[in-house]
Amino acid sequence: MRSSWARHNDRVTPPTEQPLVLGIETSCDETGVGIVRGHTLLADAVASSVDEHARFGGVVPEVASRAHLEAMVPTIERACETAGIGMHDVDAVAVTSGPGLAGALLVGVAAAKALAIGLGKPLYGVNHLAAHVAVDQLEHGPLPEPCIAMLVSGGHSSLLRVSDVTTDVVPMGQTIDDAAGEAFDKVARLLGLPFPGGPHIDREARSGSSVAIDFPRGLTSRRDLERHRFDFSFSGLKTAVARWVEAREASGEPVPVADVAASFQEAVCDVLTRKAIDAAAADGIQDILIGGGVAANSRLRGMAEERAAARGIRVRVPRPGLCTDNGAMVAALGSELVSRGRQPSMLDLPADSSMPVTLVTA
Amino acid sequence: MLLAFDTATPAVTVALHDGERVVASSTTVDAMRHGELLAPAIQAVLDETWVPRQDVTAIAVGVGPGPFTGLRVGLVTARTLAAVLDIPVYGVCTLDVLAAQAVDQGTVDGPFLVATDARRKEVYWASYDEEGRRLDGPHVSRPGDVATDGPVVGRGALLYPDAFPRAVAPEHPDARWLAQVVTDERAELLDPEPLYLRRPDAATPGKPKKVS
Ligand SMILES: Nc1ncnc2c1ncn2[C@@H]1O[C@H](COP(=O)(O)OP(=O)(O)OP(=O)(O)O)[C@@H](O)[C@H]1O
Repeated sequence: MRSSWARHNDRVTPPTEQPLVLGIETSCDETGVGIVRGHTLLADAVASSVDEHARFGGVVPEVASRAHLEAMVPTIERACETAGIGMHDVDAVAVTSGPGLAGALLVGVAAAKALAIGLGKPLYGVNHLAAHVAVDQLEHGPLPEPCIAMLVSGGHSSLLRVSDVTTDVVPMGQTIDDAAGEAFDKVARLLGLPFPGGPHIDREARSGSSVAIDFPRGLTSRRDLERHRFDFSFSGLKTAVARWVEAREASGEPVPVADVAASFQEAVCDVLTRKAIDAAAADGIQDILIGGGVAANSRLRGMAEERAAARGIRVRVPRPGLCTDNGAMVAALGSELVSRGRQPSMLDLPADSSMPVTLVTA
Repeated sequence: MLLAFDTATPAVTVALHDGERVVASSTTVDAMRHGELLAPAIQAVLDETWVPRQDVTAIAVGVGPGPFTGLRVGLVTARTLAAVLDIPVYGVCTLDVLAAQAVDQGTVDGPFLVATDARRKEVYWASYDEEGRRLDGPHVSRPGDVATDGPVVGRGALLYPDAFPRAVAPEHPDARWLAQVVTDERAELLDPEPLYLRRPDAATPGKPKKVS
């Protein structure tokens, strides 16, 4: 397959410093199409079906897949228009091939293949998590390698050691139950805040006290640290918040939403930053990169910077718009794959809902 | 040059038609790998005939009804290719293609049904006259509710012999007929919109590791 495919590429893109790459992201409920030239972001078009899911309090896979199909071509066209390019100028097509919702991923993967065939250009199936790391180069330039990447979103909470974002990503730890964003969303629901809850908790917390309630810090006891030094657990925290709120309601007192939000957020950020810094220190690594939707959290940013600075460690966090799922991050990783001369994917590239983080490309 | 394909059934079927005849085609039956099979098959029919992709002037795609995940692979591929190549894309009801095949192959000689697998113990179906013109449908129903002793084309008949004792060929749609009926202007042309026939809430949740 590979030879026949390569033969029909008009030009197998040679390693170039400034490839023009179009990236497609459909792993969850956002249809994202980004266009980059090297490390320069040219367009980041996103169509979201989040409103359609809101009434279910979570993402409904079939609703997301249907929305991806409808949004795909318009979003590609919008991205090209914003970037001021024609589709035919593109040097390579990158797409999230996993992990994520199987049916949703597949819409993006099929579209990317059609683009690659139609343009006669190479296709790169990439890992969603590695893309969350690579996106930072669009804002802060070449990635510091090695670095510790902390990815915190609605579906993931992982600490990764990234030695080469195109080939060498090693998991150090991850959540053993809920993802950090999931915890934000569930707690928001408890507090009667809309979905997705992260931004609302963030906002409420600003007028609350972070020390009002002493919520538990998961997997930080000495015993837990022996087995789970770099792992996270947020379900106990979520339950503790639920109990606290219930007790409060049972006693007939009003729930101090801002204080609960601030104290909960403090507990999450405390554990996340502590473990990320510990991971960096353990490997003598000077840089921490934070990505994923929860990286948009203002307290997490502030606390990470403050604590890392005290240890002489640098922290990079892309701006909130680049932290959530988007096509630009996929294009950013694609661009890196092209310029580092990595092999493109074949046209039988599968959508892999449980793609391991160690696999940067498929 | 018309490129035709359908992914609304377990068959991933692709054909290239030059206006006179089908010049290349490929059909693989594998219900779980539409996403992996379609693009290589399209590339293969183009390669086989040395047709540069720029020579494709239109796309025809089966719009179902069919299992959603596979169906979308065909539709998003058709829409995206059409956008890149800046050519029109026509939708055709997948059951109509099966009906045309049956009529052309002489497996039916009067009115008949076409029934395909809708999973969850249901079939997608439509009824046709002896010339393959759709009379009713497409619908999604329990086989028992549309049982008939008459001839039934498509895999649905093979899956539910109690409801459909007279199964006739073909079992799956073939893109060669899709291309032919569009070229001959025998097909009712639709927008490239999926015929889901079911609301998303009714979809069975399920997360196989790799799907098509
Ligand atoms: N300011 C914020 N503070 C805390 N959490 C936030 C904030 N903004 C967004 N989030 C959370 O981020 C999550 C969304 O992240 P993202 O956009 O990366 O999507 P995702 O589908 O969860 O991602 P992935 O597919 O990478 O797991 C939601 O759980 C949301 O509540």
